[in-house]
Amino acid sequence: MDTAATYNDKVVRQFSIMVVVWGIVGMLVGLIIAAQLIWPQLGFNLEFLSYARLRPLHTNAVIFAFGGSALFGTSYYVVQRTCHVRLAFDKLAAFTFWGWQVVILLAAITLPLGITQSKEYAELEWPIDLLIAVVWVSYAVVFFGTIAKRRVKHIYVANWFYGAFIITVAVLHIFNNLAVPVSLFKSYSIYTGVVDGMMQWWYGHNAVGFFLTAGFLGMMYYFVPKQAGRPVYSYRLSVVHFWSLIAIYMWAGPHHLHYTSLPDWAQTLGMVFSIVLLAPSWGGMINGIMTLSGAWHKLRSDPILKFMIVSLSFYGMSTFEGPMMSIKTVNALSHYTDWTIGHVHSGALGWVAMMTIGTMYSLLPRLYNKERMYSIKLIDVHFWTSTIGVVLYAVALWVAGITQGLMWRAVNADGTLTYSFVESLKATYPYYGLRLVGGLLFFSGMLIMAYNVWKTISDKKPVPVAVLDPA
Amino acid sequence: MRHDTIEKRLNLMMVLIVVAISIGGLIEIIPLMVSTDATEPDEGVTPYSALRLAGRDVYVSEGCYNCHSQMIRPFRSETERYGPYTTAGETVYDRPFQFGSKRTGPDLARVGGRYSDDWQRLHLMDPRALVPESNMPAYTWLAEKMVDPELVTKKMRTLQFLGDPYTDEEIAAAAAIVEGKTEMDALIAYLQELGANRRNRR
Repeated sequence: MDTAATYNDKVVRQFSIMVVVWGIVGMLVGLIIAAQLIWPQLGFNLEFLSYARLRPLHTNAVIFAFGGSALFGTSYYVVQRTCHVRLAFDKLAAFTFWGWQVVILLAAITLPLGITQSKEYAELEWPIDLLIAVVWVSYAVVFFGTIAKRRVKHIYVANWFYGAFIITVAVLHIFNNLAVPVSLFKSYSIYTGVVDGMMQWWYGHNAVGFFLTAGFLGMMYYFVPKQAGRPVYSYRLSVVHFWSLIAIYMWAGPHHLHYTSLPDWAQTLGMVFSIVLLAPSWGGMINGIMTLSGAWHKLRSDPILKFMIVSLSFYGMSTFEGPMMSIKTVNALSHYTDWTIGHVHSGALGWVAMMTIGTMYSLLPRLYNKERMYSIKLIDVHFWTSTIGVVLYAVALWVAGITQGLMWRAVNADGTLTYSFVESLKATYPYYGLRLVGGLLFFSGMLIMAYNVWKTISDKKPVPVAVLDPA
Repeated sequence: MRHDTIEKRLNLMMVLIVVAISIGGLIEIIPLMVSTDATEPDEGVTPYSALRLAGRDVYVSEGCYNCHSQMIRPFRSETERYGPYTTAGETVYDRPFQFGSKRTGPDLARVGGRYSDDWQRLHLMDPRALVPESNMPAYTWLAEKMVDPELVTKKMRTLQFLGDPYTDEEIAAAAAIVEGKTEMDALIAYLQELGANRRNRR
């Protein structure tokens, strides 16, 4: 068969396998640092195992390695299927895979060595940043190049979201990382103090908004209707919530800087837009969940769909929690506490990881010419370990965070502070224990997934799939 | 314009996406860059001296921001615990900023002078010897690693290039100042001056 007549699924398969691998690695590092918070001796007095060097490794691994591989892989799959053409530029697509893996490997080497810019989720130093920029531009060329040669008139809604994610991440990455190198391993940001803080959280919040939201909404808009066997609930809603989501997200960054020395007007703008953001976020959630209209009975028998619906529910929950935490009065209590960490994990485990897992269970068999995963029962087991894991995790850190916030602000009748700082830490230890159990459950689910995936794909040689003609 | 038109034209869609995502950032960031409130140093705030600069980069490299903020918020409970709230003018030589976003340990914006150098050294070597409930890692390796004088000189030149007001004399003298110092010495020098310009004197 002539290659132009088949889909390029090789690169999709490569990324999909790495989703499972990096998911396990990233979450394992998360478990280690969660344990270190309880037993600091687990750093073994080795610098490259110290908590503060491993924590950026954990965040980078789960966001960019696990989440990133899922986004690359699924976007390449979706754009081919919805445009009815083979992926543009095979070699460039292969370069994005290997380039991205090299970025991850360099991150795994440099971060434990203490080579960091110290800007959250943008820790990697300038030579790696340059490589990221090159890979990302190549990604854009492949993705938009494929859309450009599509055989249907309309660009499908999933591609709007993937496209906005690709464009925006490029803009965010470039502007936040502008720096002047001192040596190969050290640079200084061109921004200072408050301006640097604003740049960083403009980037940081939209890393969440685009990397972990818009991109995954793209995934949702293809794989949820596919798995449910139903069309997207509302076209009009998807139009409205797409444009409002991408425009409003970009204003919300300053809520990470409430009550800091960032000028008040910027904080207020950040708060107002964060609250407004609830509407487009819930637009996406409603559109996803209502896509199951008329197919609700499938939830009884299809654990993949359960993953997707619970994921959308967590999306709705955390996009309610986020705007609430961005209200300055609430933020005064929640900021700097473990509540924030809990919130992030409701989104990252509940929404991002569960959508990814559901999607991988739906996608992997198709990529390997199989009807379904090796074991549906194990998917169900995975579903329950993940769900219970996230709930334990989130509840533990809600209680921990609110406890910390209340203890920090408690004052006696004479105006002196009621608690020393370390007393708030002491009060947190039991919840750190519960969080570790939640994380352990979620992680064990990933091991079940790895086994299930291995059993599904190990005996099968993939067969190229012919490009479908537009209907 | 009907949305149908956008959905059929890739270039138009890409342009509109760029427009939609640009507005927020431009409105929130550009005014900040030109505002003197955000970019002028407070009285008494000077660029980091050679040893403190080396120490600050140890702080950055070790990732201290993962557990310690340097941003005292304007609440009574915070000024009572940590000292006067942090101002923008105190942070103008911070590349990058170190506000932090999580306090597993206390805020450090005004920790300078609160404890003795010996306390800091002991605490970094074995935090639980001084604070039994602490979960901070020990940083024993800092006592063995030496500051690289040549690198510090290069760093100061880079910062001068970026506009920080170092004099050529300061830069010329830097190497001799940090010669023979450990990363531990540098970090303590940095910590001991944190927030010193507006320390709580009561």
